[in-house]
Parts: sequence; C-alpha cells; structure tokens
Amino acid sequence: MAGLKLEGLKKSYGAVDVIHGVDLEIRQGEFIVFVGPSGCGKSTLLRMIAGLEEITAGTLEIDGMVVNDVPPSKRGIAMVFQSYALYPHMTVYDNMAFGLRIAGQSNDEIDRRVRSAASILQLEDYLDRLPKALSGGQRQRVAIGRAICRDPKVFLFDEPLSNLDAALRVATRIEIAKLNESMPETTMIYVTHDQVEAMTLADRIVVLSKGVIEQVGPPMELYDRPQNLFVAQFIGSPAMNIIPGTIESTGDSATIAFANGKSVETGIAVADADKGRKASFGVRPEDLVATTGDDFLFEGTVSIVEALGEVTLLYVEDLTEDEPIIAKMPGHQQVRRGDKLRFTADKAKLHLFDTAGNTYRR
Amino acid sequence: MHPALQGLITIIVGVGGCVGYFYFSNQFLDRVLFPARGENAGRNINRANQIRPWLFMFPALFALGLYLAYPVFATFWLSLTDRDAGGAFVGLANYIQMAGEPKFWEAMSNNMLWLVIVPAFSTAFGLLAAQLTDRISWGGIAKSLIFMPMAISFVGAAVIWKLVYDTRPAGQDQIGILNAVWLAFDGGSFSVLFLKIVPLLLIAGFAVLMGLAIYQTLRPVLGREKGHGKSHWWAHVLRGVITIAALWMIWLSLGAIVSLFSATLPYGEPQTWLTIPFWNSIFLMVVLVWIQTGFAMVILSAALRGIPEETIEAAVIDGANPFQIFFKIKVPQIMSTIVVVWTTITIVVLKVFDIVFAMTNGQWETQVLANYMYDKLFRANDWGVGSASAMVIMLLVTPILVWNVYNARKETR
Repeated sequence: MAGLKLEGLKKSYGAVDVIHGVDLEIRQGEFIVFVGPSGCGKSTLLRMIAGLEEITAGTLEIDGMVVNDVPPSKRGIAMVFQSYALYPHMTVYDNMAFGLRIAGQSNDEIDRRVRSAASILQLEDYLDRLPKALSGGQRQRVAIGRAICRDPKVFLFDEPLSNLDAALRVATRIEIAKLNESMPETTMIYVTHDQVEAMTLADRIVVLSKGVIEQVGPPMELYDRPQNLFVAQFIGSPAMNIIPGTIESTGDSATIAFANGKSVETGIAVADADKGRKASFGVRPEDLVATTGDDFLFEGTVSIVEALGEVTLLYVEDLTEDEPIIAKMPGHQQVRRGDKLRFTADKAKLHLFDTAGNTYRR
Repeated sequence: MHPALQGLITIIVGVGGCVGYFYFSNQFLDRVLFPARGENAGRNINRANQIRPWLFMFPALFALGLYLAYPVFATFWLSLTDRDAGGAFVGLANYIQMAGEPKFWEAMSNNMLWLVIVPAFSTAFGLLAAQLTDRISWGGIAKSLIFMPMAISFVGAAVIWKLVYDTRPAGQDQIGILNAVWLAFDGGSFSVLFLKIVPLLLIAGFAVLMGLAIYQTLRPVLGREKGHGKSHWWAHVLRGVITIAALWMIWLSLGAIVSLFSATLPYGEPQTWLTIPFWNSIFLMVVLVWIQTGFAMVILSAALRGIPEETIEAAVIDGANPFQIFFKIKVPQIMSTIVVVWTTITIVVLKVFDIVFAMTNGQWETQVLANYMYDKLFRANDWGVGSASAMVIMLLVTPILVWNVYNARKETR
C-alpha cells in the first residue's frame, strides 16, 4: 500500500529549526492538503517528502520503505511546482518525455504515456509548442501532465494555482479534483495557503503553524470542532470572532464574563479548577443572528457595512473591544452605519478556549 | 603652463562643451524653432519631440561617421589604388597580388585555427569555471583570480608568457617554466606516461567528445525520437556545419595520435618553443585563452545564476544526474548567452594583433591577418596590399558581428 508515514520529521538550517518533529500517517489514495500561513514550513515539509530538502531527523516512509536517503527520482513521487518549472527550451512533448527518456524507457512506451497524459489534460494540440507559446493555465496543465507521465505513487503539488488568475484558478481546481477522482490509487499531497482550495479538495487537511501540526482532520471537522484557537481563526473567512474574558461559573454549561461586565452562558463543560481563569470566547461571523430580544451576546454600533450581494458583512464596534466584531448576514440587509444592533447565536455553535489556546471540548 | 593644468582645462572645456551643446541646442529647439506657444503650440511640441532624438544622437553619429565609416570607405578606395603609380586606380590588382603571396595564406590558415581553438576553449573553460565556482565558499576568490588576466593588456600578457616560454642555453638554469618542466623529463617510463599516454588519452577523449557532439547534432535528423517539432532550414545548415567541423577535428586528432607515437622527443634539450611551427601558434593562442576565459566566465556565471531553480529541481525529480542537468537543462537555457560570448571572442580573435606582434612578429609560421596588414601597411609602406588585407579582415568580422548583435538583441528582448 502506497501510504506515507512521517515520524518525528525535523528540519533545521544550522541552529534554526523550521520543522519541529512532524508525525503523520497518510493512507493510499488520500488527498491531503497542507495549509498554513506563509513561513509555517508547509512547503519545506513537502520538499522534504520530495527529497529536495534533506531530512535532519526522523524517518519518512513511502509505501512501507524508509526513503530518507533515497534520491527524489526513486521515491515514486512527482511534483508540480508553483512556477510550473517547465523546461523552456523543450516542447510540451519533450517536457513530458524528459523523465521517461532519462529513465531509459523505449520510444514507444514514452510516446504512449505522453499521448495518454496529453489526452487526459486536453493538450494534444499543443505537443509541438514551446512553453513560452502557452497561457498560464496551459503551462500548469503541462506541468501536471509531466507529473502524470511519471506514473507516481504520490503526487506533490506546491501551491500549483497561485500564479493563475481567479477564474482560471477555479477551473484548474476543479480539474485537479477530477484528476484525483480518476486516479483513486494515487496519493496526493497539496500545499496551499488558500483555505478555499484546502476545504474543497482535501480528504484531510493538515494545519501547520511555525513548523508544528496544529490539527489534522477532514475539512468539516476542522471547521466545526477546531482543536485550538489557531485552527479556529485560520479556517473560515472572515475569521472567527474572539473575545477575551474570564470563566465566571463552571459546570456543564460554563459562563464567561467579558470586560464590559456582560456574561454569556456557553453550554460548554468546564472543570471547576478553571474558575476565575482567563479564557477566550469564539463565535463565527456566519453563526451570528440579529435579534431584538434581551437574550443577546453582543450589542454594538455598526461601523462598516460591506455588501457583497449574497452576504453582507457588518463590522460592529462593541463598547469595550478594540477589534470590531464581524457578523455575516445573508443576502441584502437594510443596515446603515451607526445603527445599533444586537446579536445572538445558537449555543451549539459557540467555542471556548483556555489560556493556552486549547479548545474546551463539549 | 603646467600639463596638469592644461589637462584640467581640456576636461572643463570638453565636458562643458558637451553640456552646453545639449542645453543650448534644446533651448534653441524649444524657444526659437518650434516654440510651445502661439496657435500651433501642440503641433510644435510634437515636431520638437521628433527632432530631439537627433539632437542627442548627432555627436555620436558625427564622431562614428568621421572616425569609423569614412575610414572604411577610404581604406576600400586605397585597396584599389597603387602607391607606386602615384595613387592610380588599379582595380583588384592588390587583391590578386595578395592572393599570390604564401605569407597571406599562412596568415589566413592560422587565423582560421585561432578562430576555432580560442573561442572554443575560452568558452568551454569559462563555462566550466562558472559552473564549478557557483556553489563553493571560495568561488568568489577563484573567480577574481580567473578574471584578473582581463585587466592585463594583450602586450603585457604577451610579455608574461614570453617569460614562460623563455629558453636558456643547455646547462644554465631555465627561467622559462615550460623548459624547466620539460627538462624534468628524461625519457624514462615517467616521461612515456606523461608525454605519450596522458596526451593520447586526452586527444582520444577529445575525439570521442567530438563524436558525441556529432551524434547529438544529428539525432533529431535521424528521427530516433518522436515528438520533435519541425526545425528551420538554417538548423539543418548549422547541423551540417557542426558535423563537418567535428569530423575535421576527429581527423586532426587521429593524425595527432599517429604523429605523437612516431615522434622521437628530444629529451634533455631546452626547446625554443616559439620557433616550433604549428605548436608555436598554439602557444600564442594559450595567451588569448588565458585572457578571454575570465570574460566568458563572468558572463556565463551571470547567465547560470539566471536559470530558474525550479527547472533544476524538476529535473532532479525526473531523475537527471548532475551531467544531464548541466548539459540538457542548464546549457540549453543559456545557449543564447553562450553564442554571444562565443561570437564576441571570435571577433576579438579575428582582430588579434598585439600578442603575435609582441611574441613572434609573425615569424616561424605564426603570421595572422592583422599582423600581416601591419607588416604591409607600415613596414613595407604598401598601402594597396595593406588596405586589401584590412578589407579581408573586415569582411570576415562583419557576418559574425551581425550575428552577434542579432543574438544580443534577442537576449535583451
């Protein structure tokens, strides 16, 4: 089985550690997305799997074999680069055939594989062209075709859509999703900083921050049950509203008191020992509902209204908070700047984080 | 007046004159000729802007015309006249006379040899140095050392190498390093190893390399691989030229191997290197290669740095080894720069004069065209044949120059 196993994987450049021991198991055929802010080490981790970066410590297994010291070409991987990395002096055909020629495949076999990859990606008409005569989307397809030709066990994508414009990005994203469906045996690892790509493509998402895995799980689990403050704020757009406060009462449904004196019942169980400790309260902008009753979470003045058509974003200045609370309302809203509004939310959609940023589980 | 003061005044007058020319000519254009006011203000501005580039170009055009274009035509005219007949027109008589001189053909064939060897070795060594110094910590120092000969004038370099090739009578200490090394060989097995076996391997290796070049050149034509696009007709011509040149090199190599083994080497006798025909030309070429390698290295090093790192990483993942990465990924990507370097050195080689003049002055069959021209023009005072040989040099340089400019412009696009 062509799974991957990362055990205590570390990378340091001299005294600087960039990856602090990553443990991860990937099943065959899984679509894994590494996501995180820039500088979190996601690309470095991918390049370590590819063999372009040396592994400082830990072991990397592909298909049950430790490949720490195996050269990239023998690892059964193929990589698609952000900048396409096509060989500019070779035609599309030669670009795709290069690896096979190096491997000493017969001309007929090369021809068969290149043409089948080209037909999958609708590149048949461009085989004689040089990369400079292609558009960005076509170039990225050639780069994917070059990877397909290698018939890899593991596909590695390093931000493959970042250089494309918005419309093309969506189209290519769907093509990659289709490709994934047509190759159920092939494991794919995909690096991106774009959470839409992560949410739509992944079987499981790996959220990285500062060289550490924050959480691994299916997209909806990450959205519904983030393990910590970082994941909660990273997944979802706009980011989750976070309000600091103090645990006022514990038990099955703890209450948290904010700096303005208001206290909220969360429906989340908190141990008695945590009474009086600092905590963070979180609620997603899309979970907020406007209300006129007295049973509200926040009350504040609207400072900015962003109408996007399908949703309207409201920036609400609570009296005591520095950061405005963002509420995402469906459709068009008859709200103006300066209006005073009250918001509430379903108790099941509230989040509570302890001092260290970890989630209080329900 | 003190000469330094005179120099200062000259500089002030010269620079001031230039600044003054540009300032006042533009003022004249904008204020008097096409003033940007009145009813035709818009049209006048357009006209002034059409004329302005010519104002800036004029000094350069004038100087180049006077000192470059005019001499070309004057030389051409001189090559058709005879001094002895009071400057009378004699048609192509000078050219015919020149074609009858064995010294001219010696210079021509020597020039051809220079033309092949010096650019090839300078570019190859430059590329090698650029690649090898790319990632090592002391690469910068190595590069500076290799580049340093560029700072030495050709005559200075010739003097340095004349000392390397220097000869003292047998029994005295040899101050020339080549003779000092030569006298260490005594004809024993050590000498056989270094003077027969090693050169044999080097020459054989060179021949094999040429064979490989022919194979690589002809492979697309032989249709061994599918999927190549159609190539231009000039690509076929280029392939033909490269193949013929490489075949010639193989033939020369085989001949060299035969003569290497038939030769009995005069061990223990100091050699006057610069008087041994054929080899003395090679010794002179070494000087120019020594100078030009630095130039090739600097340009090619910059080009190598410009190759996107991802293409190399993609090749690593495709399983290419370092040699395949160098020859199939890096070199093709900097091919246009290699061509520019090659042709630039070719032009330098065609004009080579100082080295030959300072080291052998064309004796012992080392004559080259530029020195031949100097001989005729300034020693024999035969302006007709001298100008004719100058025209031949220009004719040889022009196509390479055009090709070079074309490539350099393609590069910047």
